Amino acid sequence: MTDAKIPQHLPHVALNNLIKQFGRFAALRGVSAEFAAGRFYVILGDNGAGKTTLLRALAGLAHPTRGTISILGKSPHEACREVGYMAHPSLLYDEMSGMENLRYFARLYEIDGDERCEQVIRSVRLDPELGRPVGQYSQGMRQRMSLARAILHDPKILLLDEPFSNVDVHSAREIVGLLKEMRDAGKTIFLVTHQASLLEGVADEFVWMQYGQIVERTASLNPARVGPQ
Amino acid sequence: MISLRSITVATLTKDIRLEWRSRDAINSMLFFSLLVVVIFSFSFDPNAEESREIAGGLIWVAFLFAAVVALNQTWARELRNQVLDAYRVSPAPANALFLAKALGNFILVSLLEAVMAPLFMIFYNLRALGPAWQLIPVAILGTWALVVNGTFFAAMSLRTRSREIMLPLLLFPISIPAVQSMVEATRIILAGDGSARFWIVLLLTYDVVFTTACLALFETILQAE
Repeated sequence: MTDAKIPQHLPHVALNNLIKQFGRFAALRGVSAEFAAGRFYVILGDNGAGKTTLLRALAGLAHPTRGTISILGKSPHEACREVGYMAHPSLLYDEMSGMENLRYFARLYEIDGDERCEQVIRSVRLDPELGRPVGQYSQGMRQRMSLARAILHDPKILLLDEPFSNVDVHSAREIVGLLKEMRDAGKTIFLVTHQASLLEGVADEFVWMQYGQIVERTASLNPARVGPQ
Repeated sequence: MISLRSITVATLTKDIRLEWRSRDAINSMLFFSLLVVVIFSFSFDPNAEESREIAGGLIWVAFLFAAVVALNQTWARELRNQVLDAYRVSPAPANALFLAKALGNFILVSLLEAVMAPLFMIFYNLRALGPAWQLIPVAILGTWALVVNGTFFAAMSLRTRSREIMLPLLLFPISIPAVQSMVEATRIILAGDGSARFWIVLLLTYDVVFTTACLALFETILQAE
């Protein structure tokens, strides 16, 4: 599914010779790629392959040393309303309830009223009435609330960094189900994980990274690359 | 463009709520200031006249050190769970975050001053011989001078390894003109020794200059990696 307002000739996300260096260490070494709208991309690779850096660059949190990023024809900073970012940490205030957290983040996107917050909390199968602080949530609940924060402003593109980490298989499958619904609703999803098998049959493409570069893009999991799960 | 005022109010409200629940900063500040008052009052035994001469320095140094506690807490909260990144990826203006943090710290330090000033008066047997009302603009302008720079430098030292040490190292030297103005103005008012007008105007100028500079530079600090 492609947004009518986006020029059809433009890829949804385009990376052109993207280089990101931290001192002398190059986390991304000339990544060039194009990604279409409404597809579910799973980014895989060993630790240090550059997956998180790539996601942070797309979110506008890591500024490229060289090269360009185009999201819907704009820079990551200009496209911030179209991008939802879920990091490895929750990006939530532990001392506040889920609803209080979302109410605050909603204001950052000029979303007034509780209706939208309640809607997204329900969409991740949590209860908006839950008054408990997020710090007392289980890891699975926290991940889902974190996902709720990322989708609060109804972004076209979702960037998810290890959403299944420290989550039991049941909760992880629930999150996969939610993501599948979002992709089917037209969102473009980029997901970094080490648990690729959870996404087989759901993801549209597996993007393999190694030493800061995209080395392969496959439609299904490549058993030779995955190794024993 | 998102409303600066609306985001500032939302962030300030959120910070006050978090502080109310944890009371991390206010408890540490109160305890620290109380210690300074008590220890100094036992260490020195000044008469009323000597008290008026030294009280300005004692009060403001105590508030400056206590403010550092609050300033470190302000941003530490945003580092837990990397919540600051959620702000950075949003379209909300950087200056709204800065203003909310500075106003939050201003409220905290002002509360501390409101509680501690009467104790200083009692422990040091102080009575202003000059126009006591002038202590109000000195307190307001002085507190803003401390928190506006403090909030900025606390944000700047956020990603450094020893940020608790970095903050005073950056803040104290740049605060010298403000602290001197506060101390001198307070001393003059307490001792009834002429007019504090010059020092109050100097404080006002300091506040305007540094508030403008901090607002102009904060986005760069926030987006730095």
